[in-house]
Amino acid sequence: MGNNAISLNSIEKKFQQKQVIAPLSLEIPKGELIGLLGPSGCGKTTLIKMIMGMIKPDNGSIQVLNYTVPHKQLLTDIGYMAQSDALYLDLTGEENLHFFAKLYRLSKKEREERVNYAASLVHLTDDLNRKVLNYSGGMKRRLSLAIALIQNPKLLILDEPTVGIDPVLKKEIWQELIRLKNDEHKTILVTTHAMDEAERCDQLAMLRNGHIIAHGTPHDLKAHYQAKDFDEVFLKAGGEAL
Amino acid sequence: MRIGAIVTRIMQQMIRDKRTLALLFFAPLLVLSLMYFVFNSNEPDMTVVVSNGSASIIEKLEAADFHVIEKNDFSIADLKEEKYDGWLAFHQTQLKLTLLNDDPSTAKALKMKLSQVLQPEQSAMMKLKTEYVFGDENTAIFDIFSPMLTGFFVFFFVFLITGIALLKERTSGTLERLLATPIKRSEIVAGYMLGYGLFAFIQTAIIVLFGVYVLDIVHVGSIWLVLLINIIVALVSLSLGALLSSFAASEFQMMQFIPLVIVPQIFFSGIFPLDNMVEWLQNIGRIMPLYYAADALNGVMYKGYSFSEILVDLVILACFALVFITLNIISLKKYRSL
Repeated sequence: MGNNAISLNSIEKKFQQKQVIAPLSLEIPKGELIGLLGPSGCGKTTLIKMIMGMIKPDNGSIQVLNYTVPHKQLLTDIGYMAQSDALYLDLTGEENLHFFAKLYRLSKKEREERVNYAASLVHLTDDLNRKVLNYSGGMKRRLSLAIALIQNPKLLILDEPTVGIDPVLKKEIWQELIRLKNDEHKTILVTTHAMDEAERCDQLAMLRNGHIIAHGTPHDLKAHYQAKDFDEVFLKAGGEAL
Repeated sequence: MRIGAIVTRIMQQMIRDKRTLALLFFAPLLVLSLMYFVFNSNEPDMTVVVSNGSASIIEKLEAADFHVIEKNDFSIADLKEEKYDGWLAFHQTQLKLTLLNDDPSTAKALKMKLSQVLQPEQSAMMKLKTEYVFGDENTAIFDIFSPMLTGFFVFFFVFLITGIALLKERTSGTLERLLATPIKRSEIVAGYMLGYGLFAFIQTAIIVLFGVYVLDIVHVGSIWLVLLINIIVALVSLSLGALLSSFAASEFQMMQFIPLVIVPQIFFSGIFPLDNMVEWLQNIGRIMPLYYAADALNGVMYKGYSFSEILVDLVILACFALVFITLNIISLKKYRSL
């Protein structure tokens, strides 16, 4: 347990009779970059919200960073990027960043530092004084990512972080995620349905209809399913479980 | 400090949204002014028929800007037919004034002006007897319901603006994002109350000062009490708007609360007289915040009540706010169990 950033113990969730998460267990070790793969509607976001403590599982228990979910401290330790950009459009990028930084009770000096750091990380420094209303889709995504990093959290949970971001920036963001993992020993959980991103993860968990249908390193999974790429892994694994 | 963060953010957003600010601050003044002119139309040309009046009286009346018609053979039926504003008939011992009163404010003004003109004679030699063709002498309008109007405008505009602002926060996902930070649910609600409360306060001050000093609506009591009542009304409306926004899925659905929540309150708050209504129906008003607000405002502005006389109303209003605020904090559990 001590080495796991997240452990899910046979958790289950139904929404109006519909089984969204079948009883599933998953251990995510500290300091790794984990990809949660699956088609739209497979329960990725529900799973993430349960890890955050925003949705209560019907059964089972969740431990995150040695706290039992829900726990207030966890909300400081987790940097969260939602699937939809939850930004204040009538404020500037900088005002958005400062607003969230204040919610984590950062001192004024820390706030300046973190805002500058996070903004430069996602290449938004020059656009900080513009209203978010005038941002492009990709810029909004980047700002959401910067907000997730603002309080320097131990665990990053990013729900489809690279949707709508161009390939160059996507590559840079992944490089930064890997740097955060290697140099700052952060645990990162990323959901995606882009198979090229899956390759870069240390571990992958494939989710389908609320079940984890496969779990392992990208290399293991490919070997196991004798597949050339992840599209194939996904199709084969999916076919097997169904 | 987290509350402060929300307050600052709301202020930044509001100041940038010029149209909403204009709606909040100037729309009430516009509507209030319109109602003032509609119900309190400035002394129009007033036509008075005089029967058996002496030359000096007629001269005096004409000097006071009355349009005088001398006719000794006149009747109430004629008055109705010709739509003159009044008929002043001199008899041996008494003076009989018949007012058409199709517009209470004209009738009132006419009577007032006439009694000023006739002051010396009237008190000395004869009594003035007034009769009305339509209605009676109690048909003054704006004076009585203008205090309630100030409370109503505060309630309506604050309700609409906070309701829609919070709805936007719910539908855009920022509220959920907010709850993914360690902020307490009560801090969010407090931030909202303070942030929008500040604008509601400015709005209240503008409406009250405009009403009292520009439109010159009656205020016998303390203007500070009027402000105090309206601030509590704003809090009730803030918290109710925020609460109801969780039952609306869109701005349009938020607007649908107006006929459900706002309009019945107007009917029952006393702007329209309730005396003739069945008692059980009258009691419905007692579950509505504006009923107490109107009672307190009317008390202070029209009857000159003191703080202790409106305390019960204030306490009940504060209870409404407290209940709504608590329900708001609980309703946020929908987004985060903690």
